[in-house]
Amino acid sequence: MARVFFSSGLRRLTGGAESVELEARDVRELLRALDADYPGLLAQIGDTSAIAIDGEILQHAEALLERLRPESEVHFLPQIGGG
Amino acid sequence: MSEKPRGERKFKYVGTRPIRHDGLDKVTGRAQFGADYALPGMLWGKVLRSPHAHARIRGIDVSAALALDGVKAVITGRDFPDVASEAAEGGEGANDFGDLAMNVMAREKALYHGHAVAAVAATTARIAEEACKRIVVDYEVLKPVLSLDEALAPDAPILHEDARATGHEPLPKGPSNVASRRELGRGDLAKGFADADVIVERDFRTPMVHQGYIEPHAVLARTGQDGRSVVWCCTQGPFMVRAFSAKVLGLSTDMIKVIPTEIGGGFGGKTTVYGEPLAILLSRKAGRPVKLVMSREEVFRATGPTSGTHIRVKMGATRDGKLTAAEATLYYEAGAFKGSPVNAAMMTVFAPYKLANVRIEGWDIVLNKPKVAAYRAPGAPMAALVVETVMDELAEKLGLDPIDLRLENAVHEGVQATYGPKFRAIGFVETLRAAKSHPHYKAPLGKNQGRGVACGFWFNAGMSSSANVSINEDGSAVVVTGNPDIGGSRASLALMAAEELGIPVENVRPVVADTEAIGYTDLTGGSRVTFATGMAVIEAARDVIKQLRARAAQIWSVELGSVAWEDGHALLLTEAPGVHEPLSLAQLAGRAAQTGGPIVGRAALNARGAGPGFATHICDVEVDRETGAVTVLRYTAVQDAGKAIHPSYVEGQMQGGVAQGIGWALNEEYVFDKNGAMENAGFLDYRMPVASDLPMIDTVIVEVPNPMHPYGVRGVGETPIVPPLAAVANAVQHAAGVKLAELPISPPRLLEAIDRAS
Amino acid sequence: MKIHVHTRVNGEATEFLCAADRSLLEVLRDELALTGTKEGCSTGDCGACSVMLDGRLVCACLVLAPEAEGRSIETIEGVAKGADIHVLQRKFLEHAALQCGICTPGFIIAAKALLERNPDPSEEETRYWLAGNLCRCTGYDKIIHAVLDAAADLRGETR
Repeated sequence: MARVFFSSGLRRLTGGAESVELEARDVRELLRALDADYPGLLAQIGDTSAIAIDGEILQHAEALLERLRPESEVHFLPQIGGG
Repeated sequence: MSEKPRGERKFKYVGTRPIRHDGLDKVTGRAQFGADYALPGMLWGKVLRSPHAHARIRGIDVSAALALDGVKAVITGRDFPDVASEAAEGGEGANDFGDLAMNVMAREKALYHGHAVAAVAATTARIAEEACKRIVVDYEVLKPVLSLDEALAPDAPILHEDARATGHEPLPKGPSNVASRRELGRGDLAKGFADADVIVERDFRTPMVHQGYIEPHAVLARTGQDGRSVVWCCTQGPFMVRAFSAKVLGLSTDMIKVIPTEIGGGFGGKTTVYGEPLAILLSRKAGRPVKLVMSREEVFRATGPTSGTHIRVKMGATRDGKLTAAEATLYYEAGAFKGSPVNAAMMTVFAPYKLANVRIEGWDIVLNKPKVAAYRAPGAPMAALVVETVMDELAEKLGLDPIDLRLENAVHEGVQATYGPKFRAIGFVETLRAAKSHPHYKAPLGKNQGRGVACGFWFNAGMSSSANVSINEDGSAVVVTGNPDIGGSRASLALMAAEELGIPVENVRPVVADTEAIGYTDLTGGSRVTFATGMAVIEAARDVIKQLRARAAQIWSVELGSVAWEDGHALLLTEAPGVHEPLSLAQLAGRAAQTGGPIVGRAALNARGAGPGFATHICDVEVDRETGAVTVLRYTAVQDAGKAIHPSYVEGQMQGGVAQGIGWALNEEYVFDKNGAMENAGFLDYRMPVASDLPMIDTVIVEVPNPMHPYGVRGVGETPIVPPLAAVANAVQHAAGVKLAELPISPPRLLEAIDRAS
Repeated sequence: MKIHVHTRVNGEATEFLCAADRSLLEVLRDELALTGTKEGCSTGDCGACSVMLDGRLVCACLVLAPEAEGRSIETIEGVAKGADIHVLQRKFLEHAALQCGICTPGFIIAAKALLERNPDPSEEETRYWLAGNLCRCTGYDKIIHAVLDAAADLRGETR
């Protein structure tokens, strides 16, 4: 079961839940599961947010195909850049 | 092939300080930078820029310009395709192609003083300038929005009538200058503050500042009969220039080849395009090469500085120094188009500290100033300024040593960062301890002198890199990558290849290639090259070693598994010594053709495992209470580099970032007149530090290896600019007995603060 | 109307045509293809265009090209003598006193001018002499070390 964490900006759409455990083999599946459980959440996350998996911050498109381990931790982050 | 555990590995070349391979060309003036190229038949490009900060463009008449003898092409917004709003991949952070296209050449509106409205190519620069003067633009001048407060006022003029605020509710409905509002946080803020014995709240405003690279943007574009363009430009990312220019011009990427020249500084300011699409389009229209070089004034007015900000931070701690709650509200200027670095600011603001209860709110605000671009650790220095002054005040109120307060709350491996994920191995505590035990920290201070401490953090990026390593017949190696060298990265990449191959670094030739000579590579920036491109170079070198071992196995008629690679030689493992002498790389290279052909190694990867870099800085200043002048007496920067591949260049990054931070703290700011024109668009009045402003900058490199990189490397380029704003501000506050609320701490402002305090 | 200018650049007799309002910097770079001298600001504030004019340190962007008539100019291209680089150039490399390298030619010309007048400058004197040369990459630390080390070397000492 991967654990997904929600920062305060997203908790409005998760009924206040700070995290949730989900079955998913990869991030794509995870997002589909979230969409089913929390309507409107995916739209808020958007398709440009960065996604951190076990501490590794990935750009959105790259993250989608990442396989998740049973104890993986997933966070949604705003997109950032360096200089 | 076995590999010793990282902690025990003895490096032969990595960690030494060889002369950089491009050094001789640079000290003799041979190295060619962006403006140093010329082609036969070349035309000179010039850009016409809006004299209004906010105006509707009703029409542009270029006929008089075209009629001028020597003018070969004129372009305006009409010559560009419409580009839909779309997230731009390949640059740094949140870019939108639609906005980028409008920034490169104005369409319906001029949105800042200096916004490009037309461009000309002519046989001489003087004729091109004259032609620009003859272009007639019909402007409907609008009231400009020139500050965060003005942008948020209820009756504010709106820059983009069709845009709507995005992010987390509550958001303004209808047209506004709010591009986005986001929230980040966890825990119970109210309870956290209720549990605090001391609460400190500070409010700071920081100005718009520029990266200040000495080399203005320059591009030379040539378009062939087949419509394919070749572009020479000084950029941090040739693949980015290709992708962005193609998008803006409506071309496919294979129509553009980008050759990165040597680059005279970037710091993030050259991670996007300005003149490149203009030069390409002019060269297409004129059928001749076009050279377009910005003047220093244009660099200030029309390229991206970083955001001015308004930041409020509130933090609470118990009597024994444990932080219980932290809250931040960050307003960042995006300039004329959305996309300030407020997101990164939200993530970095409290990142160094363990906090269960935290709430961060970030606002991205548009206004009639140039569109901001990345500047070294974008968004982080301003946020760190406010947090680190609050920490300093907390320490004072609690009677705690400033470093001890930070040690009490410092993040370490396993701690969940305020922005979400758990930290892997990091070296923050090590930098704090090294700073505390440094002689600087105990050195006595005199009258009107003060000491400031501050800490900083930057994520560092991974992203995509390609590398080729080919072996020459004489056993020397060529390492080809696609990252322009802005800080000595070539030398570091050569060192890593030398280390793997086991040959002297002088026998390794590092090459920065163009977009047709190496696989896709993300740009130089985000402190990623030594880490990510280094990883690709190491992998490509290991690919070469595998091939070399196979050649030796072939020559010795043994299995591949019997051959090891050590110290630049193939060794036979199973036979008694003396039966087969080791074969050197040079010997194997000389026999490559007879053993299977050329030896070329490759790697192309998304580098995972970038490790955050932490720093702790100590700054001593002396204040002149009569003039308000601040002298920086002493500065020590401590930073975790993971593993310093070429220590001189790691030190150089630290010293350079510190100098920029000192300038930001004490003198640098964009000064705008009431119409939104920058009043100090030159180096005389945009006052960056000179040699006589600074002392020697002492550096201490701490090495807590990044377990995710073969050599333990962490990026180092950006972290150094994060602490200095606060280190200087804290030092001045102690020296002068004042509480500051604004940067820069220029003499008039400091005098005002001194007067208020007394 | 162009002016025909006769001058000496790096010891060689040189001539060029230029309009009266061209700067020496523009002519060096665009007419004579001596691109080692760099343009950073064109207002005399950054020192990237430092050259020697009759033995005097000047910003080439502030000199009108016709002023070169009958005079002698030294640019970065003339500092090394064939294969022998100047001790300043060697020290800049050894001390890693350059990162992007755009300011380096200006610093070497300016530092050379300093050491020719004052073979034993203090750190403070060196910093003030070089205050007209902007560097954004290094924070000046390694540049100052390189110049002081070169000075010591020229005096036959070690630092």
